[in-house]
Amino acid sequence: MTSPVPSATNLRAGSLPIAGLGAIDCDVHPRSPRRQDLLPYVDDYWREIFMSREIDHLELSGYPETLRPNRAAPDAGNGDAASLAKALLDPLKLDAAILNVTSGVHAIFDPYLAQVLCQATNRWLAAEWLDRDPRLRASLIVPLQHPEAAVAEIEAYAKDHRFVQVLAVVMNDKPLGQRYLWPIYEAASRHGFALNIHAGNTYRHAPTQSGFNSYLVEDFVHQTQGFANQVGSLLAEGVLAKFPEMKVVLSESGVTWMPSLMWRMSKDWRGVRIEVPWVKEMPSLLMRKQVRLTLQPFDGPSDPAQAARAIAHLGGDEMLLFSSDYPHDHRIDVAYWPANLPEELAARAARENALATYPRLEV
Amino acid sequence: MEADTKAKRHVVCRADEIQPGASKRVQVAGRDIAIFNVNGEYSAIGDRCPHEGASLCAGAIVGLAEADEPGEARMTRHGEFVRCPWHGWEFDLKTGKSWCDPRRTRVKKFDLAVEDATKIVEGPYKIDVFDIRQEGSYLVIDI
Ligand code: FES
Repeated sequence: MTSPVPSATNLRAGSLPIAGLGAIDCDVHPRSPRRQDLLPYVDDYWREIFMSREIDHLELSGYPETLRPNRAAPDAGNGDAASLAKALLDPLKLDAAILNVTSGVHAIFDPYLAQVLCQATNRWLAAEWLDRDPRLRASLIVPLQHPEAAVAEIEAYAKDHRFVQVLAVVMNDKPLGQRYLWPIYEAASRHGFALNIHAGNTYRHAPTQSGFNSYLVEDFVHQTQGFANQVGSLLAEGVLAKFPEMKVVLSESGVTWMPSLMWRMSKDWRGVRIEVPWVKEMPSLLMRKQVRLTLQPFDGPSDPAQAARAIAHLGGDEMLLFSSDYPHDHRIDVAYWPANLPEELAARAARENALATYPRLEV
Repeated sequence: MEADTKAKRHVVCRADEIQPGASKRVQVAGRDIAIFNVNGEYSAIGDRCPHEGASLCAGAIVGLAEADEPGEARMTRHGEFVRCPWHGWEFDLKTGKSWCDPRRTRVKKFDLAVEDATKIVEGPYKIDVFDIRQEGSYLVIDI
C-alpha cells in the first residue's frame, strides 16, 4: 500500500518540491519495535516476563500495522535509520524529522510493564535511530498509566534535546486536561517539550459518544471528535492557561474541524466562563497561541483555493506544521508539497512554525 | 464629542424608585435604558443585550469571577457587572463593555446624575421636569 518516494503513480502530485524548503517533517513513523529490539534495554526480570508472556509486537488494535491495509511494504523504508534516510530524509532534503511510535504500549494496563516498555522504546529510538542520523528527532514515549514514572522519564531525557515532545494517543482513558496528568505537563513544560497528541485509540471507551461503530471508515473519521474533546479538555481544565509555554501538537488530526471548535468554544465561554475563570482569554486566541496541527492527512477540499479558504478560518498560519506521515500511504508523492494545500503555506509550515513550536529542536 | 454637546437631559425617575441591588428600565427618547442601583451608585446602560437582545435590567448584578490559577477562583469587583439573563454574557456597569470581548461587544453607557428637585426646577431644562416633586432626589439622564 505504501508508495515509494518518489512515486510514478501518485494521484495528486504537487509541483513544489519539498527539497529546498529546509523542511522539518513533524510526523514520521519508524516501524514499531519488536521484542528482540527491546530486550537489550530491559533487565533480566523483564526479559523473563517478555519471554514467558510472549510479549512481542504490541500494536494498537485501532491501527494494527502488521495487518492489511496498514501493513507497510517490505521496502517501505521505515525499517531502520539508513533506509529511512534513503527513502525520505535524503530525497526531501529534510533538516529534521520527528519519529512517532504509536504502539500498543499506550494501551497496557499494568503500570510497571507500561513503564518498562516506554523506557525500552525510548532507548531503542535513541540508539537505533537518533544516534544513527543527526537529522532524526523523536517523541518521548511516557506511561500516562503511571504519571510518576512518566515524569521520571521526562527528567531522564531532559538533556537529550533530540526528544522534542511527549506523546499521548488521542483516545485513551480520560480527557487529557485532567489534573492527575499535570505533573507530566509541568515537567514537560519546564524542559521545553511539546505535548503531542497523536491519532490512536486504546478502546477504553466506545470511539463515538453514540456507541461503537461498525466500519473502518467511521473509525478514521471519529478520531476528529477525539481531538476536539482533548483540545476542549486542555482548555477548560486550565492546562493551556497553566502551561502557556507548552505547545500542543495534534498529529494526524486533520485541520478543517478546528475553526468551528474555536468559534464554538469562544462563543459559549462568554456565557459560562465563570465556571472556568482561569480561561482569561478568548478560547480561540489561546488555541491559536498553543495548539498546532500537522498537515497530513489533510481533511479539507482537494481544490487548493478552497482549502486555503478553509485554512483561513484558523485565523493564523502559525498553527500548521508540515508532516508527511511517512510511510503511511496517502496516495501522494511526499517529495512534493501536497497538491491540495496552498503553496503559500509551504515555507512557513515546513520550517518556521516547527521551530517556533519546539524549543528543544535545534537545527 | 459632538453628540455630547447635543445631549439633552431627561429626568427619568425618582432615585428611591430603585433600591440598592435593584434595576429599572426606562424609556428615554425612544430608547430602552437599564438603570441599576449598586450600593447607592447609579449607572445607566442600554437595556438591549448586543447578543440576542435580552433585557439587561432583568439580569443579575454580579461580581467578577477571577482566578490566578486553575481551581483558585474568587469573586472580585462585587456588584460591578450585570449578567445577561439569557446566555450569561457579563457587562461592566461602569463602561457598558462586555468582559469577554470589550473591544467589539458593548452596550451604550449613559451619563447619569442624581439631582435635587430644587436644582431641577431651577435649571434650564424645565421642559423635562414636569413630573418632579419639590422634595426628594431625581435621576436625570443625558441623551
Ligand atoms: S441575549 Fe444576552 S447573552 Fe444572549
